[in-house]
Amino acid sequence: MNLRKIREAVIERGIFVSGITSIIIVLLIFVFLLKEGLSIFLSVNPLDFLFGEFWYPISEPPQFGVLPLIIGSLFVTLGAAVISVPIGVASALYIAEIAPPRTKETLKAGIELLAAIPSVVIGFIGMVTLGPWIKELFGLSTGLTALTGSITLAFMAMPTIVSIAEDAVTAVPRQYREAAVAMGATKWQTTWRIVAFAARPGMFAAIMLGIGRVIGETMAVMMVTGNAALIPHSILQPVRTLTATIAAEMGESVQGGEHYAALFAIGIVLFVITFLINGVADWYLHRTTGK
Amino acid sequence: MNVRTEQRIAFTVLFACTLLVVMPVLVVLAIIFAKGYTALTPEFLFGMPENGMNAGGILPAILGTLYLVLGAIVFAVPLGVLSAIYLVEYSRDNAISRLIKLAIVNLAGVPSVVYGLFGLGIFVIFLDFGVSILSGSLTLGIMILPVIITASREALESVPRSFRIVSFSLGASRWQTIRHAVLPHALPGILTGTILGLGRAAGETAPILFTVAAFYLPALPASVFDQTMALPYHLYVISTQVPGIREDFRFGTALVLLLLVLLLNLAAIILRTRFRKKKRW
Repeated sequence: MNLRKIREAVIERGIFVSGITSIIIVLLIFVFLLKEGLSIFLSVNPLDFLFGEFWYPISEPPQFGVLPLIIGSLFVTLGAAVISVPIGVASALYIAEIAPPRTKETLKAGIELLAAIPSVVIGFIGMVTLGPWIKELFGLSTGLTALTGSITLAFMAMPTIVSIAEDAVTAVPRQYREAAVAMGATKWQTTWRIVAFAARPGMFAAIMLGIGRVIGETMAVMMVTGNAALIPHSILQPVRTLTATIAAEMGESVQGGEHYAALFAIGIVLFVITFLINGVADWYLHRTTGK
Repeated sequence: MNVRTEQRIAFTVLFACTLLVVMPVLVVLAIIFAKGYTALTPEFLFGMPENGMNAGGILPAILGTLYLVLGAIVFAVPLGVLSAIYLVEYSRDNAISRLIKLAIVNLAGVPSVVYGLFGLGIFVIFLDFGVSILSGSLTLGIMILPVIITASREALESVPRSFRIVSFSLGASRWQTIRHAVLPHALPGILTGTILGLGRAAGETAPILFTVAAFYLPALPASVFDQTMALPYHLYVISTQVPGIREDFRFGTALVLLLLVLLLNLAAIILRTRFRKKKRW
């Protein structure tokens, strides 16, 4: 009897510790990024780091300005958002409101499978099909550009946007639709003016999370954007994003050196950006469900 | 414009958008299959790479991915399920549980390359596991933790409250109730989450870049402290870093990886649909 009580106390203690692992891990990630990355700010002023226009980590003397990388990420992300947001929201409305039940299940499975394709495979396909196509279309010297990255990443953001926006649309109370139809609105008028309008906060959260996915995406973007760490002037130029820089250069950097620390500092920037995006998105999601 | 015409046009546009979202799965699969299926010979699947990757097979990469994925699951599933049990069965709606939920949301959103940095910082350097299967598995395990926790939470929450009340009223303790009245019914849901986590871990490249992946190794890994090749990293390397690799080998590698991940996900989807249909409460 007592033995059982002791055993259960041990198990429950273990459950509590497991319960708070997520918090511990978030803190550990932050601590280790700071531990390895902060030393760069001993030699480089944080403002020069964030707004420096030149990323020449292996020149003599090296320059660690991440502005070109931030702008690269911004170009690719905005491009992907412009493509994926309207298409994603439209298909969320279709799947939630219009598709018959069987079609709905098939489409949802299809979107889940799209989300599952490894980013390295998407990058590979973008590189061998989309790249040459864009090169031909615009008569460029290389098809690996910010635009190629935007299109590729748009498809990676869509599953996130569609599935979360679809939840938001489905969560709109039935009475809204019944009231609209009773007033003589057509199905489309109800869907667009009432249901989509009521689902705005959830859709906003969906878009935020989609953008978060795009900013954090690494392999696909590294394979299709051409990796030139220069401030781009057009969407048809090669760019390099924050994520791709870490992935491409970590292997060449010396552990504990300035370059190494600078890459971890980029990790801090990314961690903070995605933390903010996810926090805001989560807040919006809870605002909808709270009603 | 007539409202009926307007509706017809609008629905057509929405349908076209939906097709645009779903089609890429088929297009990607078709392209990779068409150009890669000729490579899928027994020699390719079960052979060692030879002649600078232009002959032989990708066995070390396939095995390496299996090791990494198994390691990640062994670490993440117990931790994730216990964590979900805490959230659903023990915690009240207080500051701690809200903080845990916020942490899970953020873990799910951390870029995979940042997990790679974290794994490098804590496992490879600080804990001195070196660039090894152990470091890579733990990094992948942490990355899929939110997937496992979220799926397990949903599975536990879908078990009706009445099951617990009946168990308590028969004199069972809280743990006995969880163990015998709740967990068995949540198992299919937890399994679905586990399979999804497997698929995610198998396909990720960025977290293993600095923690385990090797471009080429002459022998298979002998212990968890060895480096290993892995499918997604192999595909990355042969398609971007090394020029002149045979086209069918590149597409063949992509096909093996894609099939592995898609089949795992398909299994999870089917399992979940079956489970939902079977439920009688």
